[in-house]
Amino acid sequence: MAGSNNLKVTPPRWLLAELSYKCPLQCPYCSNPVDYTQYQDELSTEDWKRVLTQARKMGAVQLGFSGGEPLTRQDLPELVRHARELGYYSNLITSGYGLEEDKIVQLKEAGLDHIQVSIQASTQELNDHLAGTASYQHKQEVARLVKKHGYPMVLCVVIHRENIYQMPQILEMAESLGADYLELANTQYYGWAHLNRDLLLPTREQFEDAEKIAQAFKKKVEGRMKIYYVVPDFYEDRPKACMNGWGTTFLTIAPDGVALPCHSARELPGLDCPNVKDYSVEQIWYESKAFNFFRGFGWMQEPCLSCDEKEKDFGGCRCQAYLMTGDMMRTDPVCSKSPDHAVIDEAIEAARKAALQGTEKPLVFRNSKNSKKLV
Amino acid sequence: MALDKDKAISFSPMHRLQWEEAQDKYVILYPEGMVELNQSSAEILKLCDGQRHVNDIVVELEQKFSTSGLADDITQFLEIALQNGWIKQP
Repeated sequence: MAGSNNLKVTPPRWLLAELSYKCPLQCPYCSNPVDYTQYQDELSTEDWKRVLTQARKMGAVQLGFSGGEPLTRQDLPELVRHARELGYYSNLITSGYGLEEDKIVQLKEAGLDHIQVSIQASTQELNDHLAGTASYQHKQEVARLVKKHGYPMVLCVVIHRENIYQMPQILEMAESLGADYLELANTQYYGWAHLNRDLLLPTREQFEDAEKIAQAFKKKVEGRMKIYYVVPDFYEDRPKACMNGWGTTFLTIAPDGVALPCHSARELPGLDCPNVKDYSVEQIWYESKAFNFFRGFGWMQEPCLSCDEKEKDFGGCRCQAYLMTGDMMRTDPVCSKSPDHAVIDEAIEAARKAALQGTEKPLVFRNSKNSKKLV
Repeated sequence: MALDKDKAISFSPMHRLQWEEAQDKYVILYPEGMVELNQSSAEILKLCDGQRHVNDIVVELEQKFSTSGLADDITQFLEIALQNGWIKQP
């Protein structure tokens, strides 16, 4: 079932190091697996250093320290220092929770290149509700300190139905905090977000209004702030070119050492994703079943197989195909050519109904208690 | 934002210019992104050291490559670099 063997395999460029699934926040759209409590073991400092060294040697250059909350790892400065020595450009992707000024300075000295702070909303009330913890004031302070210490400051706001109406205020907040980059990430429906989709998916009208506001703002701040706009693919005609193609660019290492072609791939059945404790990154990237599984076009079914756009979007997202149709080999149902496309319309309609009529179902927050129930 | 020929040019502290052995080229690195450079672009950016002006860069590269008439190409590239935030002027 593996992809074509004649394929020229490119080395990884992007390494996402998910240092820990532990997180003080409880965001109901978290991209971590819903059963994350099953994977309690974390790699040691030495394991991480070895992985960084091996991936760098192959050509990885962008490095994301992520999680969970990467600050829960006491060895973060040591790993940052190692990454800098190897020549990585390192990005800390953090909630900012518990990040104090001395740590920001220490990480800078260790060679950290940039800090991305997530804020859940433009008001304290909603931010703290979504995060499941009082964190709004501190996040604003962290954003200021990140600027003060000369890092490029990236503000990340995940957009969904509970905060999409705040788009103008979110943009104002980013401007007043002096963000160099603003990532407006429309929720992607995996992990916890998949579970909470009826409560998170905006209506088409909400999405279109918010996008108009964001695009106008993009023009206004041109040259001062860069906007990364992650589109909500449920409202697109064509799927995203997920991961820039399976096993071509991105490598994720989960907290327990499992290597994933994308951070949701853990949800896919039968991939036997390998662990960096058992194999070198090079073996994993070039030889493992998991990384070869969807390489190239040999695995595709119709309508992808004969589609003239397959080299552009690679059939879309395998995890989305699996979550929405139960079959990871099918065309991403977001595509209007997909025979399963109706499931997207149904999901949109279900969410719209929940938005208009309300629902009995509460948001399921991402925490250990809920995770254990979902195993 | 236009390039000022009377001001020195420096490489942006918000970006990193780096030789990548695996790709056999210079790249610009910034938050979650990377731009691959061809050789001439890299040669220009390496001279953006906060001391040199446009003309200094032109003279130096024309000497280095024993050629002339590079002014337009270099100026054009630096305009793009400025728009992208890769370089800055005081």
